[in-house]
Amino acid sequence: MTLCYQMDKKQEMIRMAAREFAESEIKPVAGELDEKEEFSVLLTQKMGEIGFFGMVIPEEYGGQGLDYISYIIAVEEVARVDGSQAATLAAGNSLGINPIFEYGSEAQRRKYLPDLCRGRALMGFGLTEPNAGSDAGATKTTAFRDGDSWVINGRKTLTTNANTPMTKGSIVQAVTGLRRDGKPDYTSFVVENGTPGFTLNTLKRKLMWRGSNTAELFLDHCCVPMDAILGNPGDGFKQMLATLDGGRLSIGAMGLGCAQGAYEAALRYSKQRIQFGRPICKQQSIAFKLADMELKIELARNLLYKACWLCENKQPYGKEAAMSKLYCSEIAREVADEAVQIHGGYGLFRDYEVERFYRDQRLLQIGEGTSEILRLVISRAIGC
Amino acid sequence: MKIIVTIKQVPDTHDVKIDPKTGTLIREGVPSIINPEDKNAIEEALRIKGNHEDVEVTALSMGPPQAENALREALVMGVDRAILVSDRAFAGADTLATSYILSIAIKKIKKYDLILCGRQAIDGDTGQVGPQLAEALGLPQATCAEEIGIHGNRATVKSNFDRVIRVIEMKMPALMTVSRQINKPRFKTMNGVLRAFRDKEIIIWTRKDLELNPMRIGINGSPTWVRKIFVPSHSRDGIVIEKQSTETAKDILDYLLEKSLLRF
Repeated sequence: MTLCYQMDKKQEMIRMAAREFAESEIKPVAGELDEKEEFSVLLTQKMGEIGFFGMVIPEEYGGQGLDYISYIIAVEEVARVDGSQAATLAAGNSLGINPIFEYGSEAQRRKYLPDLCRGRALMGFGLTEPNAGSDAGATKTTAFRDGDSWVINGRKTLTTNANTPMTKGSIVQAVTGLRRDGKPDYTSFVVENGTPGFTLNTLKRKLMWRGSNTAELFLDHCCVPMDAILGNPGDGFKQMLATLDGGRLSIGAMGLGCAQGAYEAALRYSKQRIQFGRPICKQQSIAFKLADMELKIELARNLLYKACWLCENKQPYGKEAAMSKLYCSEIAREVADEAVQIHGGYGLFRDYEVERFYRDQRLLQIGEGTSEILRLVISRAIGC
Repeated sequence: MKIIVTIKQVPDTHDVKIDPKTGTLIREGVPSIINPEDKNAIEEALRIKGNHEDVEVTALSMGPPQAENALREALVMGVDRAILVSDRAFAGADTLATSYILSIAIKKIKKYDLILCGRQAIDGDTGQVGPQLAEALGLPQATCAEEIGIHGNRATVKSNFDRVIRVIEMKMPALMTVSRQINKPRFKTMNGVLRAFRDKEIIIWTRKDLELNPMRIGINGSPTWVRKIFVPSHSRDGIVIEKQSTETAKDILDYLLEKSLLRF
């Protein structure tokens, strides 16, 4: 295959469609939802009608039947306007929908995917625990078999989309035994909201993504049927790692979109703001900042799209996914930081969107693999 | 029922600047879009399709090869098929030559009940192609439609021209031009994009596919031409009145009456 840097027309149209929606439906309400720390069911449903959920899922399950790059472009375009809504859809697709499609039984796919793909329901992905973040192997949540059901005990936290009025349930990893080598065996379960023993608490007072839902999950003798298992018992860890690889591409897209949005706002402002008798974009100190921003975004986009291309073409992409997420989230920080700097004092106020971009980018170096863990993944991939 | 929607690809004039030296449009880097009111026409056709059985919507455009993008967008919105009439010989067409070529293309399509056009394009702003097309095809027409109702083979149109509202009942086949008040064009969906590229194709007709009079196409067929484009200058010389407030009010009133801007 020859090297080609041109997006195909379909992907260009995806960008145009996603941008039109984001600009006219998300942008006008993003600031207010952030301010009120409010998850919007209405807006999530609208995103569903546009087809932002289930983007790479086949149409027979209610998905959009598109390619991975198209999905990443949609996340990027939403993140260019608002990190919160991008979080809802990136988590919805990569962590809620994808594992059910990849590992679920046909019955589970038929049961959950149509509503999830149409944006009528959401599914959380409970991995992080109070004492098991980067060290996912320290998971304390357990499940044991009791006749025809499994009984889950434990606690999960920082789970996106887990406690909204439209959430159907969460995928939860639990230790279900010990392997021969003494390491724990993990199994994934779909735990539906409303199951006795399953309670949720929305976490408030966040710095960022304030228009998205983040919750903690309490499982207290929570009894689920046998068919709540996702895939095979013992596959949980493998599923989690693969899910996170894909998830990293969408977090990368969030970083890229955030950087793009902050950069465009800074460029626009720099053309209007007059100091020393000239627009500040005509002054080298500011012009060079903008040139660096453009450069970083270009590099980030190339890396991310390459990782998506590898994923789409079923080639190993774990290292590239880690690199994309690491680089996109780090340049999101640098670009948002300089965007605030270019806005000067005004950039410190909520009246200017760069203030929100500056806060929203901060999660990206932490969620779905911290920058440190990603460096670990990359260093292992190169044989360190 | 068969509906034809005529659309034009135009530069997004929100972004267009005029070169102050040459007086020409700077089109570099300016995105091309479906003319906004043509998008309303597409939406209206799709709305009718949603409310009636067996409706087929065809989007038709005359333009250079890249106008295919506008037609593709129409397909994404939900139009069933798209036809691009494109030939180098059509270049330089004014509204008369354009409406002539479109009328010949529509005659080739043969079956239609309704033709919907946007009221006017944001680049040329003439609003002539729709009415000319109706004349060329010998169809009844209603312009500046804000509401369209279809009952059997009759249509009721609420037309708002220069703030005079008329409700027109007409027999189909007929042509209507729609204004932006008629509806809010739908968003393009992700799956709509997939379907438009996977399941639908754009038919291209050149002059060889159409029975055209060579004297009526391109520059030959265009009795009007653009002599000059310029930015009109608006001079605003204010009048300053420095008197007591009641006297000031009286002076303003006198001025307005003198200029016939007020009547009692």
